[in-house]
Amino acid sequence: MKIGPTVNGVSREVDVPAHHTLLSMLRDNLGLTGTKECCSEGECGACTVILDGQAVNSCLVLAPEADGAEIVTIEGIDHPLQRTFLEKGAVQCGFCIPGMIVAAKCMLDANPDPSEADVRKALEGNLCRCAGYKQIVEAVLAAAEASR
Amino acid sequence: MTRSGGSERATGAQRFTADLRIDGALHVKLVYVNCARARIVAIDKSAAAQVAGVRLIAAADDFPKPMPRCGPAYPDRPLLAVGETKFFGEPVAAVCAETEDAAEEAASLVRVEYEELPAVLTIEQAVASKSNAFGEWRFGWGDVDAARADCVVENTYTFPMVTHFAIEPLAMMAEGDRNGVTIWSPTQHPYVLQRVVAAALDWPVSKVRIVAPDPGGSFGGKAWPKLEPLMAYLALMAGRPVRLVLSLAETIQQTRRTSASIRIRSGFDAAGGIVFQDIEADFLLGAYADIAPRTVAKACYAACGPYRTANARIVARALLSNTTPATAFRGFGTPQASWATESQLNEAAGRLGIDRAEIRRRNLARKGEAFIPGDTPSDGHWEQALNKAMAAIGWGAPLGPNRGRGLSFGIKSSSTASVSNAIVRLHGDGSASILTSTSDMGQGARTVFTQIASRELGIPPDRIAIVMGDTAVTPFDSSTSASRSTVFMGNAILRACEDIRRQLRAIAAELPPRADSEADHEATVGPGDYERLLKRYYGSVRGEVIAVGTARSPYLPDHPLGGKPTFWEVMCAAAEVEVDRETGMVRIVRLALASDVGKALNPEHVRSQDEGAAIMGIGHTLMEQLILDSHGRIVNCGALDYRIPTIQDTPAEILSETIENEDGPGPYGSKGAGEGGVLAIAAAIGAAINEAAGVAIRDLPITPERLWRAIHVA
Repeated sequence: MKIGPTVNGVSREVDVPAHHTLLSMLRDNLGLTGTKECCSEGECGACTVILDGQAVNSCLVLAPEADGAEIVTIEGIDHPLQRTFLEKGAVQCGFCIPGMIVAAKCMLDANPDPSEADVRKALEGNLCRCAGYKQIVEAVLAAAEASR
Repeated sequence: MTRSGGSERATGAQRFTADLRIDGALHVKLVYVNCARARIVAIDKSAAAQVAGVRLIAAADDFPKPMPRCGPAYPDRPLLAVGETKFFGEPVAAVCAETEDAAEEAASLVRVEYEELPAVLTIEQAVASKSNAFGEWRFGWGDVDAARADCVVENTYTFPMVTHFAIEPLAMMAEGDRNGVTIWSPTQHPYVLQRVVAAALDWPVSKVRIVAPDPGGSFGGKAWPKLEPLMAYLALMAGRPVRLVLSLAETIQQTRRTSASIRIRSGFDAAGGIVFQDIEADFLLGAYADIAPRTVAKACYAACGPYRTANARIVARALLSNTTPATAFRGFGTPQASWATESQLNEAAGRLGIDRAEIRRRNLARKGEAFIPGDTPSDGHWEQALNKAMAAIGWGAPLGPNRGRGLSFGIKSSSTASVSNAIVRLHGDGSASILTSTSDMGQGARTVFTQIASRELGIPPDRIAIVMGDTAVTPFDSSTSASRSTVFMGNAILRACEDIRRQLRAIAAELPPRADSEADHEATVGPGDYERLLKRYYGSVRGEVIAVGTARSPYLPDHPLGGKPTFWEVMCAAAEVEVDRETGMVRIVRLALASDVGKALNPEHVRSQDEGAAIMGIGHTLMEQLILDSHGRIVNCGALDYRIPTIQDTPAEILSETIENEDGPGPYGSKGAGEGGVLAIAAAIGAAINEAAGVAIRDLPITPERLWRAIHVA
């Protein structure tokens, strides 16, 4: 099935089986391996991408649903978050980080002046086993301040 | 210094194992049966073989006889189940196909006829079955039976089955022919994997290459060989590279921590001094030994904690079962042992009317004191950790309603009988490369090694490359474990740098004096001189200076652990909690951590590791457990039902401190760190809950249901 999403600002055309997910289309067909797979059931947030302005778990989106949609992945993001995550020591193994940054960016786009509770709410669907949560919250708040 | 490899991780550029591709690789899917233990009657591949794109369907019959068996210490695990499966998740067949879809479809069409057999799933069942005993260790000193105590506390504590749940599931690739095989696996110990794969193939180690990309979290779950030996065979049988990416559910089936039931009888004098510890610990291994026996021995050896203990008797047993093979997991048995011993101190303090911090102060081994007779004495001022934790938590300050505080120590031995080699190459332009087989799984090894080399050679960090994880390139390291790498690999790098400086001085001495006023004098070779010196020495062909550094702790065959600890990793943790009596929910108001690290080479990394480990400990204390049904199937085998701490589960306030007396054996007086946080948390939170709710719970996890029942039903 031919799917025509715009990914990170570039129009793409991909031919994938209809039952494939947006996640596998990005990783396997488009070579954009920055978005990660972990739980495959929408619980961990590692696969978070932005679809038409909303943060979604791409493992739960069928590839055909992305036809004609605007997708933003970690590769398409250039944001103060990426600096503050490093400055605040929020990155350890790094596997959850693309999902975290995408989810955080999506929140900051809608809410540029979040409280700590807002940040925790926005990221409650992103698991981090290294558990750098405290530093992640600090990084998001610092990025919010840097963007103002 | 900003984390090395950090910007790659923040932009999605970092390539983890599942992000790598080999042209022409076949996709592998494993076939399992739907219970823990079963006799395999027949395997019918015919329907599966019809699926377009299937190239190989391998089962036990396709392998050499007898089936090769693997294990890091005990080679007991077959590549695929032979005649019988022994745990839920043990593969019985492997399908290799051109696409993932084809492999998945074919795997679902492999017909396995099986007969379910009775399974041993719990410690009670394993103890009752005579054939499940794997090993027993006895440690101790003094005479427990003759010891006279004023107060005896006797309890049984249990620790559940929990799983690593790294956000990166297991993934691996293999490629090769009779001339050699290469395995890609995010392993913490490339050289252990090399040895085990070579043994499985009956090949020399020199024909096996392990490439180890940085793990996306490991915590011990990617440390010891699992499915890689199978992958080596599949690559050779298929004549094609093979790629296996497990789902999270499959990964959960493959690795867990040993669970335990610990009966402990502790004797105290009226002043709270520890008179004896009488410990009988049963640890439940899985179907195959993996490295779990060592977790039992190592943790129980130091089960009395960092305290002066007049008499001790420790009997530790490892029991096999039809469950997921238990393996290494951050803490390596010590979280289980600490949960018991530290909780005993808390109870004794209550009975004797002694403050629960004070009872520790009275018993804490002083620096230089051999708290385990004949072994490495206390190597730190541990009372400083106690003081800092007490101050940070506000010990003794008035508590609000339904609130309580608890405090606990955790102590873990470093690696024993280990060795690390490092190669340092000073290039012709004065930049440098470090070759090391340490695995950077988030603890920040890359960064710390860069810092050491930068300081020793005077080269800016951005001119230093760290090459890791390739047995064809990076020299031998026994393991990335036991919080050892800053000390051992750090010292190896430091020594290699010292040798670089020595070689440079020798080069300078060999060169004739320069015509101009600036002489290349033996004593004054600095980083600004490197390029010039090497140009003068080698000429236009250029050249480099190369050095090897080694750090080793001696192998002592008569020592119960094979060698003495090089340092002790010690953490004091204190928790303040608030209990909701109506729901059993526990809110951690404040957590204080004080770890004795000798010297924090990268304070931010130490803090991240200590706090991250503590939150992981909150997981096994309050919410994590693998739940099995009567068939031995893991019922909560995924992210939906196996709950690890989320961003909403962290303490409202975490205060972490370090004790830095520069008294460690590592570079600049450092010791190891990274596991301390997970050792002490359970007993600290347990004691806090005890004070807040007036109930003593000795079984983890302290779920809301368990706490509610303890408050309302007992």
